Amino acid sequence: MMATREAVAGVVFDVQPERRRLKGQIFLWACFAATCVAVVLLAVLLVDILRQGATRLSVDFLNSYPSRFPERAGIKSALFGTMWTVAFTGLISFPLGVGAAIYLEEYAPRNWLTRVLETNIANLAGVPSIVYGVLGLAVFVRAMSLGRSVLAGAATLALLILPIVIISSQEAIRAVPPSIREAGYGVGATKWQTLQHLVLPIAFPGVLTGMILALSRAIGETAPLIMIGALTFIAFTPNTPLDEFTVLPIQIFNWTARPQAGFHELAAAGIIVLLVALLSMNALAIILRNRLRKEI
Amino acid sequence: MGKLDLPAFEGTEEPRHIMVHDDPVLETRDLDIYYGSTRAIHSISITVPRKRITALIGPSGSGKSTVLRAFNRMNDVIPIAWCKGAVLFNGEDIYAPEVDAVEVRRRIGMVFQKPNPFPKSNFDNVAFGLRVNRYAGDIAERVEEALRRAALWDEIKDRLKDSALGLSGGQQQRLCIARALAVEPDVILMDEPASALDPIATGRIEELMQELKENYTIVIVTHNMQQAARVADFTAFMNLGQLIEYGETQKIFTGPDDQRTEAYITGRFG
Repeated sequence: MMATREAVAGVVFDVQPERRRLKGQIFLWACFAATCVAVVLLAVLLVDILRQGATRLSVDFLNSYPSRFPERAGIKSALFGTMWTVAFTGLISFPLGVGAAIYLEEYAPRNWLTRVLETNIANLAGVPSIVYGVLGLAVFVRAMSLGRSVLAGAATLALLILPIVIISSQEAIRAVPPSIREAGYGVGATKWQTLQHLVLPIAFPGVLTGMILALSRAIGETAPLIMIGALTFIAFTPNTPLDEFTVLPIQIFNWTARPQAGFHELAAAGIIVLLVALLSMNALAIILRNRLRKEI
Repeated sequence: MGKLDLPAFEGTEEPRHIMVHDDPVLETRDLDIYYGSTRAIHSISITVPRKRITALIGPSGSGKSTVLRAFNRMNDVIPIAWCKGAVLFNGEDIYAPEVDAVEVRRRIGMVFQKPNPFPKSNFDNVAFGLRVNRYAGDIAERVEEALRRAALWDEIKDRLKDSALGLSGGQQQRLCIARALAVEPDVILMDEPASALDPIATGRIEELMQELKENYTIVIVTHNMQQAARVADFTAFMNLGQLIEYGETQKIFTGPDDQRTEAYITGRFG
């Protein structure tokens, strides 16, 4: 003990390069391990689902209605329900979200009221989705008498993703350089002409990307749709927006809740379909963004 | 050259050396410009003569660009900017309530510091102003004419459909000048139009300005005193939001009346 201390006192710097390097290495590996936990868990989940669900994945599975016999059951009504719902969610939230973003970004006076509005929109993005379900049930299903329809579900989901659409659209519009606007004004374009012909076309790829990512959130939502009453045994595909419907996550939830192992495999297959839908939407967003950017 | 009928300056300001033109295209009277509560421009009165090049020089932050942008109400775009006093364009106050800023900007065009072509084709860049102003004649013909006047036609006539972003910086800036010329303005305001360009491209812009002065009035803001000396007929020296001295370029650069002007042009401050 004494000897070590004297040895240390004898040198001005106790460099200890090995030890210091080791500390860096330990930190690196800790971070790497943290990343691995996430990736490995995801991989385990995927492998498990693929192993369970792969046997059930078939054209018949995609093309059959739910049944009380696992071997005959399919996901057709849920798949179509999801496509209908997402389409109408997009149709409703796009004009509302982009319109609000244009107003807030371009026209709203820079005062406390606008700031309060913007802060609250950001807060709305954090409201639990079940709350939107309660709202949808009260407003769309009951007050507007839309019933448990695709339209009621889509309107509810549109409200849910509206904050995301508004915020991402605002960011896309804000990213258009001021010099472009000034150039437009400089040749005698009105504010609307400048927006319509210059700002919005440049912002469009960003707006579109935000929109698709918001819709891919809507596609996985379950709680608000259960709230408005989409949890039913549906053996048909919607023909009008006022028909009853179910969606993929609800169908998956339904199957998981059953005791028979056959239904659990169906649930896994359903999850694969849902994941494929999600990933293709995200891929579409990236492809569209890159392509539109290139054209400019 | 006559005398403006202006009230005497208040306070203890020393007498200023400011030229006044008869029948100016643009004229400011006691123009104050504020950003919020900060006064950026202090009671500037200046006249801009027709079909001449007038340069605004001065150190950074002297308010040259702010004054330039007041000439076509481009400051309206900045929410916190506001002004007092008058800016007259052919004798009419462009800040009068009945005046439409959009029409003002068609008559008084602008070229910016950094070339800012639209992410559109070369043709559409020049045609944009014609289209938004609902030009009734042959758009292609006007585009060609504007490009010829901007000395760009021969270089890009075979790639009118290509993106303007593919042009060199100097070409982009001449495209921006063509875009401004297309809507047939009376005045072209240039905010350091060559500061982002190399010396050769700068030379071409300066040559072009000399040609354009046959038909247009040009006001240029520049950091580059040699450039002002080369191109401008008249030069105004600004400092700290005030107009210090204004007169013929040669006089400003060879025998300025104000010692601050002399200090600036000889490089002793700024």
